[in-house]
Amino acid sequence: MSDDVQHHIQNYKKVGMTLGVLTVVTVGVSYIDFAVPLAITVALIIAATKASLVASFFMHLIEEKKVVPISKWGFGTILATLAVTALFFLMVIFIPIFGHADRVGEYFTLPNANAPVVAADQH
Amino acid sequence: MDIPYTVAERPDTGVNNVKLGIWLFLASEVMLFGGLFSTYVLLRLMAVEWPFGSDVLNVPMGTFNTAVLIGSSVTMVFAYASLKMDDLARFKKFMAMTIGLSLVFMVVKGFEYSHEFDIGNFPSTSTYLAIYFTMTGLHALHIIGGIIVNSYFLGPGSKMWETNKAQFTNRIEAAGLYWHFVDLVWIFLFPILYLL
Amino acid sequence: MSDVTTTEQAVDAEHGHEHEELSFWRQYMFSLDHKVIGIQYAVTGLLFLLFGFGLMMIMRWQIAYPFQPIPLIGGLLGESRAPGGVMLPEFYNQLGAMHGTIMVFLGVVPLAVGGFGNFVVPLQIGAPDMAFPKLNMMSYWAFFLGGVVMISSFFVPGGAANSGWTSYAPLSVFATTGQTIWLIGMIFLITSSLLGALNFLVTIIQLRAPGLSFMRLPFFVWAQLVTGFLLLLAFPPLEAAGVLQLMDRVVGTSFFMPSGLVYADAPADFSGGGTPLLWQHLFWFLAHPEVYVLILPAMGIVTEILANNTRKPIWGYRVLIASLIFLGFMSFIVWAHHMFMTGMGTTMSSFFQTTTMIISIPSVVILSAMFLTLYGASIRFTTPMLFALAFIPMFGIGGLTGLPLGLAAPDIHLHDTYYVIGHFHYVVAPGTLLALFGGIYYWFPKATGRMMGDLLGKIHFWGSFIAINVVFMPMFIQGLSGMNRRMADGGTQYTMNQDVLVWNTVISWGAWALAFFQIFFIINFFWSIKKGRKASNNPWNATTLEWQAPSPPPHGNFLTPPQAHRGPYEYSVPGAQTDFVMQGDADGPTTEPAKV
Repeated sequence: MSDDVQHHIQNYKKVGMTLGVLTVVTVGVSYIDFAVPLAITVALIIAATKASLVASFFMHLIEEKKVVPISKWGFGTILATLAVTALFFLMVIFIPIFGHADRVGEYFTLPNANAPVVAADQH
Repeated sequence: MDIPYTVAERPDTGVNNVKLGIWLFLASEVMLFGGLFSTYVLLRLMAVEWPFGSDVLNVPMGTFNTAVLIGSSVTMVFAYASLKMDDLARFKKFMAMTIGLSLVFMVVKGFEYSHEFDIGNFPSTSTYLAIYFTMTGLHALHIIGGIIVNSYFLGPGSKMWETNKAQFTNRIEAAGLYWHFVDLVWIFLFPILYLL
Repeated sequence: MSDVTTTEQAVDAEHGHEHEELSFWRQYMFSLDHKVIGIQYAVTGLLFLLFGFGLMMIMRWQIAYPFQPIPLIGGLLGESRAPGGVMLPEFYNQLGAMHGTIMVFLGVVPLAVGGFGNFVVPLQIGAPDMAFPKLNMMSYWAFFLGGVVMISSFFVPGGAANSGWTSYAPLSVFATTGQTIWLIGMIFLITSSLLGALNFLVTIIQLRAPGLSFMRLPFFVWAQLVTGFLLLLAFPPLEAAGVLQLMDRVVGTSFFMPSGLVYADAPADFSGGGTPLLWQHLFWFLAHPEVYVLILPAMGIVTEILANNTRKPIWGYRVLIASLIFLGFMSFIVWAHHMFMTGMGTTMSSFFQTTTMIISIPSVVILSAMFLTLYGASIRFTTPMLFALAFIPMFGIGGLTGLPLGLAAPDIHLHDTYYVIGHFHYVVAPGTLLALFGGIYYWFPKATGRMMGDLLGKIHFWGSFIAINVVFMPMFIQGLSGMNRRMADGGTQYTMNQDVLVWNTVISWGAWALAFFQIFFIINFFWSIKKGRKASNNPWNATTLEWQAPSPPPHGNFLTPPQAHRGPYEYSVPGAQTDFVMQGDADGPTTEPAKV
């Protein structure tokens, strides 16, 4: 039991240091002159990596699957809830955007792009 | 009366009540911040012009705060591990460090906000500032909540260690899960608001 | 079975300790017992329902007899609301917004989820209480405080919120102080619901008695489980939106304020860059799952009553569960059918139209299962059964009238008309409310140890059933002819409405008749607490676990820890001695739920 905790503590230290490194990477990457969509993608990937480390090791999610599964698909209760939540989270993020993109008689452009801007967004 | 499975794991679900409860709560928090992230995306897409975060906000301060908050997450999980190793004194040390780091975060935030107000940047000035203040403000409220809960567990709440070690450890695990979530939100907030 | 006075001693002996006498405050006001909290929620919810109904009755006077002095209470309303007893349009708008808010958030949800859920669910799953009793108690008081805040908004300068229960920006951002109070009240109510939902989910997942697998749960518990997920995941975006609207109102941000807005002939003092559509997306992301929160507990109640009074298992248990889960999931992806008229393009409209049509399928399946349960049944026309039977056609009408609204093309004509009011009220008023009343008659004996009066109950039912149809059916006629909603003059200023204005008086008198028949319920309710016919543990000869507990159950609920041995609806089992076998009865055949 004590060895188990020691093993965990080693992991916490490694994850902590990795997070520190990734934070430096996050800031460093922001100085590179990417186009906006690419910059956003890269930043989100790095953030997602950091988030996964926190969730898996600090929040012990990586151990959840090893517990007795409640269904034949092998998910624990918590992972199943989180999967459902993730789905609805994506829903609430993306639908308003698509709604904005798909408007009657308007031309959709990204800001700071060189496309002809119809003053479509201000109503 | 005893409610079963508060601390003990229920065999067919593999969790105890507190753990399930806190994860469900965090699921609702994901949707809360999700609503705000959705707002951010929509406002930015609609904007005629949107400033680069680094032009408005202080990136070194934000980076420092990110390191501080991640550090507090590390100390929080060490506090939990200390209880698993049956070491109350070590737990208190790490919990105090967690609270200390959180307070540092809040002080730096205070400096950032007052600087913005000094140069005339208010939430009403632009949609960028509106979403910046709202998201970091709500996040800060969550940090304050965490400070209060953690302080309770450092102080009067730790008496439970004498009567029911397992339940106290369980509670610290729950508090830890909440705290890591608060850290998680900031891990996304920082690049989105400060760097992009 | 032992009667109430010795059960406390039996429980104490079981637990091996004496229960000290709790003070009045700890035992009734701040109790941790789910039964007390459930009754608190139910009674408070019923009071708010009555209040919200009262607001509507005043509105119906204005609609039927526009700008005529309100009788009886006109003079009491004050100069700022009704000078000379004649309602100001501003006050009409306040009544409208608050009627919706109060009925949905302070009335139906607290009664259906807080009241019925809290009281019945732990008993039906064989648990001693909810998973988190202290959280339960705090959830009730957060709800109560939210209600106080909401009602207090009537008394501030400018009156209560008046931008509809939907609080659309930018109108709501410019509205009077009452709107800010509405937003603060909503934050209390949302917090209460979130914490409550969490409690239900953990309780149902973790505290089921031994032998009570998920597929042996009563449908009512399943309904509360899905409702809990809807509340947990759908409410937070509205909480976020509420914060954003507060920011717009109090701090002057422009989350919902577009650029170039002109208000009262002057450019509005906002930075601009926002959009009113953001509010609509975030609001309806909650508000659509919210309407399923309104209906699912009612469906659960009806199912319990139907099984019991047909002496048959519910038809299609597995299909019902699958439909329930599918319905819950789909309810998250239909919300923009409330926004067809906002200038969405065809891709978005088609998407939401399609999902809305798909979501009608599980509703029809559930209704069909209820209807098919009646086939070959031995129907007992008890008072709860009358309400449950009425639910089926009433929800049918409500659901069917939703179809043209869910299709983008007819919605162009019907949006924001009385047709919409007719549709959603049919689902909630003749639908959910009738079911909730049925549930009160059904579980009253368990909560109090006494039966409600049968004659008063039947008068209450028939009077309410007829009156409620008189109120809402003509609204479809008015809406189809184009009469808009939310008009303080009852629609008289529009030439196109002239032919259907006559229905205004009919509807109003129907509403007042409906109010009259509730008197029978109120008298019955209070009289029966003291003087009702004494009830045994199981007066309805029902099967589910709550009927194993004493009536009323003591602290800790069961005298011996219950265990489930079979499905929840083992009625008329071939070869059994009686026409029902209780779920927790150790003797008797062990069965699984029927395959279909």
